[in-house]
Amino acid sequence: MNHETVIVIGNGMVGHKFCEKLTSKSDNFNIIVFGEEPRRAYDRVHLSEYFNGKSAEDLSLSHENWYNEQNITLHLGDPVKEIDRESKTIHSNKGLILNYDYLVLATGSSAFVPDIPGVDKEGVFVYRTIEDLELIKNYALNAKTGSVLGGGLLGLEAAKALIDLNLAETNVIEFAPRLMPRQIDSAGSQMLQTKLATLGLSIYTNKGTSSIEGENRIESLKFNDGSELKTDILVISAGIRPRDELAKLCGIEVGTRGGVLVNESMQTSDPSVFAIGECALFNHNIYGLIAPGYEMAEVVAANLCEGNKTFNGFDMSTKLKLIGVDVASFGDPFTTEPDSRSILFEDTHKGIYKRINISNDGKYLLGGILIGEAEAYNMLLQTVNNKIALPPNPEDLILGSRGGSSQTENAGLAGLPDDALICSCEGVSKGTICNSVSAEGCESVDAIKKCTKAGTGCGGCIPMVKDLMLHTMKENGKYVRNVVCEHFQLSRQELYDLIKIHNLKNYEQVLDNVGKGDGCEICKPLVSSLLASIWNDMILKRGNDTAQDSNDRFLANIQKGGTYSVVPRIPGGEIKPEKLVIIGEVAEKYGLYTKITGGQRIDMFGAHLSDLPLIWEELIAAGFESGHAYGKALRTVKSCVGSTWCRFGLHDSVSYAIRIEERYRGLRAPHKLKSAVSGCIRECAEAQSKDFGIIATEKGWNLYVCGNGGSKPQHALLLASDVDSDTCIKYIDRFLMFYIRTADPLTRTAPWLNKMEGGIEYLRNVVVNDSLGMAEQWEIEMQNIVNSYQCEWKTAIEDPEIRKRFNHFVNAPEEKDPSVKFDEMRGQKKAANWTTA
Amino acid sequence: MIETTTNWFEACRVEDAVQNGGVCVKCGEEQIALFYFTRRNEWYATQNLCPHRRQMALSRGMIGSVGEDPKIACPFHKKTFSLSTGECLSGDECAIQTYPVKVEDGLVYIGLQN
Repeated sequence: MNHETVIVIGNGMVGHKFCEKLTSKSDNFNIIVFGEEPRRAYDRVHLSEYFNGKSAEDLSLSHENWYNEQNITLHLGDPVKEIDRESKTIHSNKGLILNYDYLVLATGSSAFVPDIPGVDKEGVFVYRTIEDLELIKNYALNAKTGSVLGGGLLGLEAAKALIDLNLAETNVIEFAPRLMPRQIDSAGSQMLQTKLATLGLSIYTNKGTSSIEGENRIESLKFNDGSELKTDILVISAGIRPRDELAKLCGIEVGTRGGVLVNESMQTSDPSVFAIGECALFNHNIYGLIAPGYEMAEVVAANLCEGNKTFNGFDMSTKLKLIGVDVASFGDPFTTEPDSRSILFEDTHKGIYKRINISNDGKYLLGGILIGEAEAYNMLLQTVNNKIALPPNPEDLILGSRGGSSQTENAGLAGLPDDALICSCEGVSKGTICNSVSAEGCESVDAIKKCTKAGTGCGGCIPMVKDLMLHTMKENGKYVRNVVCEHFQLSRQELYDLIKIHNLKNYEQVLDNVGKGDGCEICKPLVSSLLASIWNDMILKRGNDTAQDSNDRFLANIQKGGTYSVVPRIPGGEIKPEKLVIIGEVAEKYGLYTKITGGQRIDMFGAHLSDLPLIWEELIAAGFESGHAYGKALRTVKSCVGSTWCRFGLHDSVSYAIRIEERYRGLRAPHKLKSAVSGCIRECAEAQSKDFGIIATEKGWNLYVCGNGGSKPQHALLLASDVDSDTCIKYIDRFLMFYIRTADPLTRTAPWLNKMEGGIEYLRNVVVNDSLGMAEQWEIEMQNIVNSYQCEWKTAIEDPEIRKRFNHFVNAPEEKDPSVKFDEMRGQKKAANWTTA
Repeated sequence: MIETTTNWFEACRVEDAVQNGGVCVKCGEEQIALFYFTRRNEWYATQNLCPHRRQMALSRGMIGSVGEDPKIACPFHKKTFSLSTGECLSGDECAIQTYPVKVEDGLVYIGLQN
């Protein structure tokens, strides 16, 4: 078959999506892509994350071989400069002349730069590409104050980027009387402004900029009202301008205010030329969002493959997190009386504003705005798009049902029609998702993602996809249980009991007796953790070794590049000078990067696998032992210096911390465990942020439990007050055994407590009042674990069978992994970045 | 017609391999991950490089199965790959190269195409 040639001009998000769509539908095209930028298409929506530690490669939409594998020829850094429609050829900047059968313009847009005097001064930037970001980043090194011109969606994103660059002051200047004028109303903007102000953004609305002042470089902005604002850097984000110059040049029709005119098949005035994304002008609209761009790509790809799809405009509803604040706008957010009625909710305390617009007869939802809390967005959008009849009290939609049943959410989900669009990025309907569960047997979000592509774009619909999956499984009569994985149709707690009852001692035995299949990366570490919690055997005993999670398997934390980090235990954070010297000597000898951890210990990074036993030999000889930083186990018990030195200290917090750390060292649990002891209520050890934390009082100790830091910090709650040292330890024994026995896998103590019926009251009853009658058994079990403690590293270096595993090559044990690379930073080494592509 | 010949590279002794786990074999400049699936009495070999973040790590991963298909999970981000076809089972990473394995007289050989 003769392959027709499709040339795509532009390798942005939409151009890339078009290639994906076309190759997934047909192999019959010879596809050639020209991109102006030097890199493959990347995620422009999340551009500000580039300042947040993400690399260009992280933002990339494809892996480096993707175009090759799809047989697509990709010319990067080579913009097309001319189209000859007579001969159907294009001319690239580098001199390539190629024929096409179909041409797809996906040239996107550039930043609109208003004609303000001084706009060409140094320190004025636009915010569009990774190159722009690089320029901003370099210039910002010498800047204290930054400003963004434009308070729209993209402008606020740019402001976020400036905040991430640690500028002392960031301003946003908007010409209109409110922020995001196309999405939200004045009241919503007011709420958003208040919230953003608390995050350090100064916002100026109603400000027309008259000039940019400064000698060569920008120094300040002058406004129409005569006021002035000092700024060292300015990012312009005042809108977009479609890149239509190529089309214009070859006589394809463009709109008077820019944009390549297209019909509903995305065809331009030349039937073999299409335009998609932000360069296309459909029905007087430029669509500056990603979802409609993807839909346009789908339309062209389908039509080239003889499908029959049309673009009929697109819902501009959107939900996003701006600098940590949820903002959503859907349907018609602005409609007012007499066309409709609005229900408003405002909570200035929490910074929440919600507005829904309903039809005059109260039957339908027309649109709305959510600021500060947007969980209901997906459901509300579905209610608008599918014209679902409203409940008798539509205010419940934004306030939650008060006093009635709490089933509104699921009822809503069930009430959606099959063609309701759930994932708008990939255009996946409810019917398709439910069908993938019923007919294709997808019973995890990952499986659904793979099968339907739902949730693979912005990811905003994933909670809904999950709810739909559970809902469909229930409908199909499937008993939805909280089981471990396909190999164990049991919960973690059931497995715990079975291992004990059947006296099972290693992973293979557990799988043979109560599981099926060959196991996987989910059940293996889970069972290994249970075995360790119950029997406390050396985790690398044959039969247990390869079922350990990767860090446990090598008793060290794997880091970027495949080397490991080493953390010796430093109980309570107390260490003699000579031991500090040893750590320094070992780190120097093996070329390790050293850093103090958050838990008062010292971490040594960059150890080759085969050096680990040698390093530990030296550390153990000097009196160190494993710190279990690699395990879901007790990490560290942090302490303040306490009454031995501190003039405020009530008790000796260091001694107590050491006692606790040595008691629970090596204890395996559903997740890592952290603890701390503070010598007085000033709480220097931050005990209330730990899984169990202890604070000295005049009369004894207060025990706090179930706190944690991490992504969702939570304070620990008081379990017992003014208890003596031995009682406190008894309570901790019982608390830990109860947690180890009943928590779901990888659940820390805070979410465990959050799910517990009865909460802290119930927990206190179990631990302090022994309401389950388990206290004695748990104390005995804990004492057995304490008695059988061994330093895993000591056992490992003394056992030649285990030591043998610490080599990179099985057939060249003396050689290290040659692919390991380091860079230098501040006089130490660091791991080379993920990819060098 | 193109003829391909298989070169059998001697990797290690059976007892050097890790039961129900992997080892890394140095094969010229290349690194090959060799898996001994004792439960199924099967051997598999794949490239050692995980394509997701280009880390030499698959031999240190965990093996298992999805349905009947044997698989390997990379220790870095738990991306999983079929050991029989090399296909990526989690998302869109590219597939990994697989190699035939044979065992003779207590020695394990990996088949390389010339």
